[in-house]
Amino acid sequence: MLMAASLVLLMTPALALFYGGMTRQKSVLNMMMMSFSAMGVVGVVYVLWGWSMSYGTQDVLGLFANPFEMFGLAGVIGDADNWMVSTLGAYPQVIDVAFQVTFAIITVALISGAIAERVKFGTWLVFVGVWVTLAFFPLAHMVWGGGLLSHSENGLASMIFGTVDDGDGGLTAAVGPVDFAGGTVVHINAGMAALVLVLLIGKRYDFGRTAFRPHSLPLVMLGAGLLWFGWFGFNAGSAFGANGAAGLAWINTTVATAAAMLGWLLTERIRDGHPTSLGAASGVVAGLVAITPAAGSVHPLGAIALGAVSGALCALAVGLKHRFGYDDSLDVVGVHLVAGLWGTIAIGLLATGTFGTAPGVFYSAEGWKLLVVQIVIALAALVFTAIMTAIAYVICRPLGWRITEADEQSGIDGAEHAESAYEASTNALIR
Amino acid sequence: MKLVTAIVKPFTIDDVKAALEQAGIHGLTISEVQGYGRQKGHTEVYRGAEYAVDFVPKIRVEVVVDDETADTVVQLVVDAARTGKIGDGKVWVTPVESIVRVRTGEAGDAAI
Repeated sequence: MLMAASLVLLMTPALALFYGGMTRQKSVLNMMMMSFSAMGVVGVVYVLWGWSMSYGTQDVLGLFANPFEMFGLAGVIGDADNWMVSTLGAYPQVIDVAFQVTFAIITVALISGAIAERVKFGTWLVFVGVWVTLAFFPLAHMVWGGGLLSHSENGLASMIFGTVDDGDGGLTAAVGPVDFAGGTVVHINAGMAALVLVLLIGKRYDFGRTAFRPHSLPLVMLGAGLLWFGWFGFNAGSAFGANGAAGLAWINTTVATAAAMLGWLLTERIRDGHPTSLGAASGVVAGLVAITPAAGSVHPLGAIALGAVSGALCALAVGLKHRFGYDDSLDVVGVHLVAGLWGTIAIGLLATGTFGTAPGVFYSAEGWKLLVVQIVIALAALVFTAIMTAIAYVICRPLGWRITEADEQSGIDGAEHAESAYEASTNALIR
Repeated sequence: MKLVTAIVKPFTIDDVKAALEQAGIHGLTISEVQGYGRQKGHTEVYRGAEYAVDFVPKIRVEVVVDDETADTVVQLVVDAARTGKIGDGKVWVTPVESIVRVRTGEAGDAAI
């Protein structure tokens, strides 16, 4: 599990490379800093109240847990004799804290790609802290922590199709929602937040006039490769053990991603005439996102189908921003929201009914029930995230969101960080 | 004295340099430039968005020679830089009023 947690943590610097390569030369450092600073802020906040809000026992309306119950991890990871290392499940609980913090970090870092090149760094830092508190921790609680969107007897799924005995003397949803590794909590959450933010913050000043070409596709490819590597921790680690479920998640993650890359490239070949490296890297991410919620509940053949559709779907979806005129700079909506929704809903079609989940439409006459549950959960998450992101935006507004037009033109790296990514042969004297 | 300026494709610069050296021309200046002629540039596609890249990378070669050599130099450059495909570039000649070698102060043809 520590290995898995470390792999997931690596995804955030990998994301910095992926996003950094896609921005222009004058903005790459700011883009990478948005990922790195997410590690900084969330790393601290998670220990203070993030864990308590997500996995605390004092549930508030099914929405979140009491942030003060285990503030600063007080009293949760052990008693006086074996503080920090008491083993509550298969491994010490502190390892679960380590694993979960990495998910919170990567989720908020994902959002930054949508608002590249135009947001004040200080405002971003504050937003990171506010958003994980208002949107991520509650959604993690709702889906994974026994809240409204979980198997819980008080959850939405139980309200729709009723409950059954869970075998331990309690009740659980008859048709429980499935989010194996974070399709709802991570990708729908980040993608919807990205959409709301770009609509509220607005376009870059020269959006639609200037070409925003990626400044380094090799960086993008490197980042995508490292993301794939880290994703094994993300998905296989979500089996919470070195077991068959972890193996299934590993193989599903790989074949879905492979199929998604091919799906994206084929779409490009037909539409644009050329299969591109940016398309291959993007297809990889689209596949990784889509298989995330489904990795533990579909057969590898189902994973291939799920991935191929995801690649093609996202390749088409990234064009939406040009059609509708919103500046989702690096296609967080087109990739993470679309693939996250597709993966979550596809479970209702492709789930095989093993590993304790209900079967989907293709495997059972009753499969439509799971499909309904998945759609309801996804919609509930969309609405919740949209509202919380809008609130976080308003809270941060007094700080000012946008840098000036002049700073945008000259480059956010110089304006916000007084640095440039690459030596440009300008004579700088030591003052 | 004449200034011969040539805009050529970057990969032809070694041939141009070799041809000029063989003809006894022992100095030239090059710079990396960008521009376009009649054919314009090319298009690139990123995630389905098509971008027109009008400015194509070129090398500018500048040589100062005496009046009699100018035509030879033009011919040498044209021969060395020609591929027969679109975008091979252009060569032109402009008069030079005076020239001074910085190290010695020599002027005129002696400074070439």
